[in-house]
Amino acid sequence: MHELGLMTGILKQVEQAAREAGAVRITCIRLVAGEMTEVLPEALEFALEALGAGTLAEGATLVVEQPRPRSRCTQCGYEFEHDRFHWMCPVCQALATELLAGRELYIKDMEIER
Amino acid sequence: MSTTVNINEPILGLNNRLAADNRALLDAHGIYLLDLIASPGAGKTSTILATIAALRERYRIAIIEGDIASDVDARRVREQGIPAVQINTGGACHLEAAMLRRALDALDLGALDLIIVENVGNLVCPTDFYLGEDVKAMILSVPEGDDKPLKYPGIFQVARAIILNKVDTLSLFDFDEEAFRASVTALNPTAPLFALSATKGQGIEEWTEWLAGQIDGKAQIDGKAQIDEKIQTEGKAQIDGKGN
Repeated sequence: MHELGLMTGILKQVEQAAREAGAVRITCIRLVAGEMTEVLPEALEFALEALGAGTLAEGATLVVEQPRPRSRCTQCGYEFEHDRFHWMCPVCQALATELLAGRELYIKDMEIER
Repeated sequence: MSTTVNINEPILGLNNRLAADNRALLDAHGIYLLDLIASPGAGKTSTILATIAALRERYRIAIIEGDIASDVDARRVREQGIPAVQINTGGACHLEAAMLRRALDALDLGALDLIIVENVGNLVCPTDFYLGEDVKAMILSVPEGDDKPLKYPGIFQVARAIILNKVDTLSLFDFDEEAFRASVTALNPTAPLFALSATKGQGIEEWTEWLAGQIDGKAQIDGKAQIDEKIQTEGKAQIDGKGN
């Protein structure tokens, strides 16, 4: 979507947390962005490189975990993994399914040097 | 030496908090807010004008127009005697909760039942931004093609209602309505699909009656309990990955 905007917010959050932890440098940032969100990891990496210069996160590596979508069938109760496009229950073919995972969008943790 | 610091904070946490404030403000005034999302040229403004014409005797309506620049759309709405606020995002591809708040502050909320937000023309970026709306609805128009649910699944999944506009042009385009309906149902089995022509009036009544049912439904429930739940689920959804 607008990964530069997202990275601006991410850097603000991690820099504040890093200062509170007494860090001199952030070496790694780990994000979780489910496959159902509109986030592109490559664009985030570019944004970190572009916006991270001169911050505590300059040169930090970015790890983006992308959980696979998972749903539960509301008819038969079966739980299954799927891609972005197919949510039909593979057991009973019901379309009424409830999404359990895949829309995550959060900062998990980071590695710092003190 | 390297140390791990746990964070576990939603990336859009600030936007979600501001959106929850918007929602509380709207609920306190008993206002229903519809966030309308579509590509440029799909007929957002025409659909809004047709909706105004159908519902203006029953509800007090205002429109918030999100565009990268200009106030062309807001002027078209004001010509109908309906209050309209223009948000120019100055290049941004979607509306955020803070922008919506500035627009809400410019409206007389005590004199309104329904606000329709025309989001920036875009099928991607507005999808992940909660503004505080009651529902997001999306419009796809026939000339855009029946394959769009496969190319932009996110918005088809987030929308609580889906409009297929310009159905009066179906005979002119190679649009397979059956294939479109099948893709939409697979992505979003519970959302109603309204086939209509905003400029010709066809199918408008089904859409506006559904919307009226939503507005009346909101008026009858206890708003406070609902917002508390909404604030919790929106924030949590981004940590645990469940649909919102």
